[in-house]
Amino acid sequence: MTKGHLWQGVLAWLCQAGSGFFNLLFVPLILAIIFDNVLQNEPIQNHTMVMWFVNLFGGVEGWQENIWLAAAAHLTTAFLIACFVFGRQRLISMFSENTAKRMKDRLYDHIQKLPYNYHVHAQTGDLIQRCTSDVETTRRFLSQQTIEIARAIFFTTAALIMMISLNRTLTFVTFAFMPVIFLFSYIFFKKVKRVFKMQDEKEGELTTVLQESITGVRVVRAFGRARVEVDKFVEKNNEFKTLQFRQMKFLAWFWSASDLLCFAQIVTTFVVGIYLTHSGDLTMGGLIAFNTAAWQMVWPIRQLGRVMSGFATMQVAIDRIYEVLDEPAEKDTPGAIAHDLRGDIVFDNVQFAYGDSRQIFNGISFTVKKGETISVLGATGSGKSTLMLLLLRLYDYKGGSITVNGKELRTISKEHLRKAVGIVLQEPFLYSRTIKNNLEMAKEDVSQDEMFDATRTASAHGFIKEFEEGYDTMVGERGVTLSGGQKQRVAIARTLIKNSEMLIFDDSLSAVDTETDAQIRDALSKRNKDVTTFIISQRITTLMNADRIFVIEEGKLADVGTHSELIERDGLYKRIWDIQSMLEAEM
Amino acid sequence: MNHFEEQEYNKGFDAKVWKKLLQFCMRYKGIFFVLFLSAALLAVAGAVYPMMVRYAIDNFVDLQFVEATGEYVRNLDGLPRFIAFLGGLMAFQAVCVFVFIYTAGKIENYVAADVREATFHHIQNLSFTYFDNTPTGWIMARLTSDTHGIGNILSWGFLDVVHSIFMLIFYIVFMFIIDWRLALVMLAIMPILAIISIYFQRILLKAHRESRKKNSKITASYNEGITGAKTTKTLLREYRNYEDFMGLTGAMRKASVRAATISGLYFPIVLSFAGIAVAIILGQGGTWVIAGGTFTFGTLTAFMLYAGSMSEPISQIARVMSEMQGAQASAERTISLLESTPDIVDRPDVIEKYGDFENPKPENWEEIEGRITFDDVTFRYKTGEQVLSHFSLDVKPGEKIALVGETGSGKSTIINLLCRFYEPVEGCVLIDGVDYRERSQIWLQSNLGYVLQAPHLFSGSIRENIRYGNLEATEDEIIEAAKTVDAYDFITKMDKGFDSDVGEGGNRLSTGEKQLISFARAIIKNPAIFVLDEATSSIDTQTEAKIQAAIFKILEGRTSFIVAHRLSTIRHCDRILVIDNGRILEQGTHRELLAQKGHYHSLYTNQFKKEELEKQLRN
Repeated sequence: MTKGHLWQGVLAWLCQAGSGFFNLLFVPLILAIIFDNVLQNEPIQNHTMVMWFVNLFGGVEGWQENIWLAAAAHLTTAFLIACFVFGRQRLISMFSENTAKRMKDRLYDHIQKLPYNYHVHAQTGDLIQRCTSDVETTRRFLSQQTIEIARAIFFTTAALIMMISLNRTLTFVTFAFMPVIFLFSYIFFKKVKRVFKMQDEKEGELTTVLQESITGVRVVRAFGRARVEVDKFVEKNNEFKTLQFRQMKFLAWFWSASDLLCFAQIVTTFVVGIYLTHSGDLTMGGLIAFNTAAWQMVWPIRQLGRVMSGFATMQVAIDRIYEVLDEPAEKDTPGAIAHDLRGDIVFDNVQFAYGDSRQIFNGISFTVKKGETISVLGATGSGKSTLMLLLLRLYDYKGGSITVNGKELRTISKEHLRKAVGIVLQEPFLYSRTIKNNLEMAKEDVSQDEMFDATRTASAHGFIKEFEEGYDTMVGERGVTLSGGQKQRVAIARTLIKNSEMLIFDDSLSAVDTETDAQIRDALSKRNKDVTTFIISQRITTLMNADRIFVIEEGKLADVGTHSELIERDGLYKRIWDIQSMLEAEM
Repeated sequence: MNHFEEQEYNKGFDAKVWKKLLQFCMRYKGIFFVLFLSAALLAVAGAVYPMMVRYAIDNFVDLQFVEATGEYVRNLDGLPRFIAFLGGLMAFQAVCVFVFIYTAGKIENYVAADVREATFHHIQNLSFTYFDNTPTGWIMARLTSDTHGIGNILSWGFLDVVHSIFMLIFYIVFMFIIDWRLALVMLAIMPILAIISIYFQRILLKAHRESRKKNSKITASYNEGITGAKTTKTLLREYRNYEDFMGLTGAMRKASVRAATISGLYFPIVLSFAGIAVAIILGQGGTWVIAGGTFTFGTLTAFMLYAGSMSEPISQIARVMSEMQGAQASAERTISLLESTPDIVDRPDVIEKYGDFENPKPENWEEIEGRITFDDVTFRYKTGEQVLSHFSLDVKPGEKIALVGETGSGKSTIINLLCRFYEPVEGCVLIDGVDYRERSQIWLQSNLGYVLQAPHLFSGSIRENIRYGNLEATEDEIIEAAKTVDAYDFITKMDKGFDSDVGEGGNRLSTGEKQLISFARAIIKNPAIFVLDEATSSIDTQTEAKIQAAIFKILEGRTSFIVAHRLSTIRHCDRILVIDNGRILEQGTHRELLAQKGHYHSLYTNQFKKEELEKQLRN
């Protein structure tokens, strides 16, 4: 995920190293030189590492003559550190944002490519959580935690080098508390995680009470139970408050105790340093250098403990992301060639089952002539929708053969196939964009004439025109709410724009009234005669005018025939026909 | 854009809002004082530290001139006392840190909890029109993220400001004490730092807001991408959608990097200023040290420490100031909810006699016989949309009324008026001959049985959900209620029987099961008036039969209103009202209406066809 911009992360680390070395090596040593050699006439020590820098500003002798040169050198280090800090921030944000973007893009792309069946069972909320908050956890780790780690590493290294050059004893003293500080914070945050989690859960409970009480406000009122709701809420509210406060108390202990530890470290360094200057083992400048460095070092170490304790959270987030990415995506047929798909459709002994479970088709066979209109009747769960989805390879058949114009479906690329088959799904989905945008989904460069032609055929033009903003009306959450029938009509128009060789209407006229239904079918049959069309419906009037009617029962083609043939035979079709026509007469 | 969308708040300081918040803080006056004190003392301790360093360097590290011997020596005489004092100071600081986290944590959570409680309490008095017009999410956000925001600013924001102000004051005071000339220089730098800080915090807030906005677009896009994935496949839109999405993530990356760059720029600028300050002190102070006199090594070191950390309180204050804008917006929204007035309120004398939901006085409640009269009732929404006009209806005790009609015909309004979820704009609703406004809401609602089309259960056990109808119900009564509605069998078959958890909103049960529980809940209340919004959703045939049977057991001997969808229900009612456009189109018994061959007849036959067809296709 970091490919291509890992260099940004590496550079950010290098900037951190630069700022660490200037902060804990240059600044303290320059201060030591100023205090010892410039302000007092101690014999000049050779601080090899910084001498080249000192010489840039006139050397120690130059400083002795003009102290402002020393001040300039100090100011330069401050500017350099500022530059490093800026570089680090900029680079690490580029690195982490690039990585996060790539993760989000990959997730989106991958989710779209997951097979149809995955989406039938997908848990939207959970998936979104993985794509958003888990990615965010990872991003935060990359942008903040990695920098904390780098800071701790480079600060201690630079400080160690600087301190050893001045005094070994004091170096030892300064580092003595560090492991304690680290472990203290590491263990604390590990332990306290349970409390954090409990608090999260409590918050969830509180939200649930709130949510249920607001959505169920009718029940609450009708039962006169406002008092109960208030009591319930107050109880959860208090529990949550107490837990959160308990967490604060833990934190109060931690921050004050760890502050005390850190201060103890600083003070010990200072006091031992005083003794060492007294015995002549350390200069005043050296003491100031140690003191400056100790102040800067302790806090990153404490932070490191915290970061390390959070590793597991990050690990979990990454695992959850990869769980999605490792789901096998739909694969297109390799080397499949484009093929003319105008022709007969032949199902021969087709077998299909979802996964390893229930067998849906155990050898279904039929032939549909090019340009024929077939309507399909079947009970819920009989497999009629699945049959249609097989034709688009949204589900792949497991046995037998399906050919279109003599070409086996498996050998045709899915992209090519889906271009050739237009389907209006049972529950059509409209994107929350304008109606026009939705129609353009099927074909980017659709002309206005084509668009109007399609909407007229789908009896949608009329109602769309009536909206204040016509085709530019937003649909969905942020726009108008279309009725079920209107949605279906827009979806039909959208599919028509594709100009496919085959059309499937999967119960997509169910929410449209009978009259409009007839209008649409009429317009469709006039529109293009050689398009093979499948219409699934439970309404006899929708089905009856087709060239042939398929009756599907329990995964089998129970009956085939024209309307007049089928009403002569006993069966599902006739039963439904009878019910539907029975009372028609009475009215 | 409607007004429920989160808007940008760029208003200035609004004293009214903060005054209102202050009322919530008054309970914690004492704790606020402790917080204030600990923050101030911590600031003092922090400001004293450089003075300690100064003392140590001048007295223990620098050579002291001893007049008696004429020599320069280092003297450690006072060191133990010094160490004790320094140790004490550090311990004192740690104590202050403990106290301020403790008190700020307490204020943060307690004030937030108080605001939540007050708001929730207030919600209970609000009328149905409020809930009809306000998205649940909006109300939820007021009680969750907004109260967090309020708690946060009142505790940590307050703490940071107090701490920073005291720090600044003591820094300046100490700097003036040790050398007024350099102190003046530092004082001159401060306003520049302050201006830069305020400027940066402001654009930073905007940049963050921008990137958050982009982020919510990405979330929305994921939502659409996932729910629309099936359609996307059929339209071969995968690549285009992916491209669009990459456009969004690209914009998000740009906005986030921008925000990070701004904050990445701010800190180095502040660092540079600190560098300039320290350099000035090094140059000038160093010159004075070399020249000898009162300016000592210790003074130089202390000054460097002050100069180096001067920027911190300034940037803290700037940050809190910019955060206050957001907190003010949160407070404003929550307070607007707290101050919205309910449309339906009982008169004071009515509350006096009958009580309200907090203190009901059932001892004064009249028994309900069950006669209901709509007397020339007109109802329209505040928007002016007329729903009922001059509607009259008289219902005898124990009569079962079915309401039939299209969506939007006014059926639900009649029910809402009956339950006093809405009140008539003109005319009145009489119960047993008395205008229901003469008696309290809690009196009516305590006598009401109410079953919704989409049954709503609360998290908890089945027992708790049934008991919701009658909090004093005994175990036997609960079992009895379950048996009456034919729910006993499925309940006892569950793992934990009546103790089984129904899940959030009852989602562990099927719709039919939820429906039965909600019947049991209603029947255990033994209400005089029953309202039933019948479900249209198809449930399996067996459950349907059970529900049908349950309904009529429940309605036995009670005045009932049923918004009916199923023939079997409609047929058995005493009187059927066909409602259209807020008027009664036809009324009578099933037989009478069929004989009329009017509206009801065609409705009935259509419905019959649909039900039969469903049955055929289901089996």
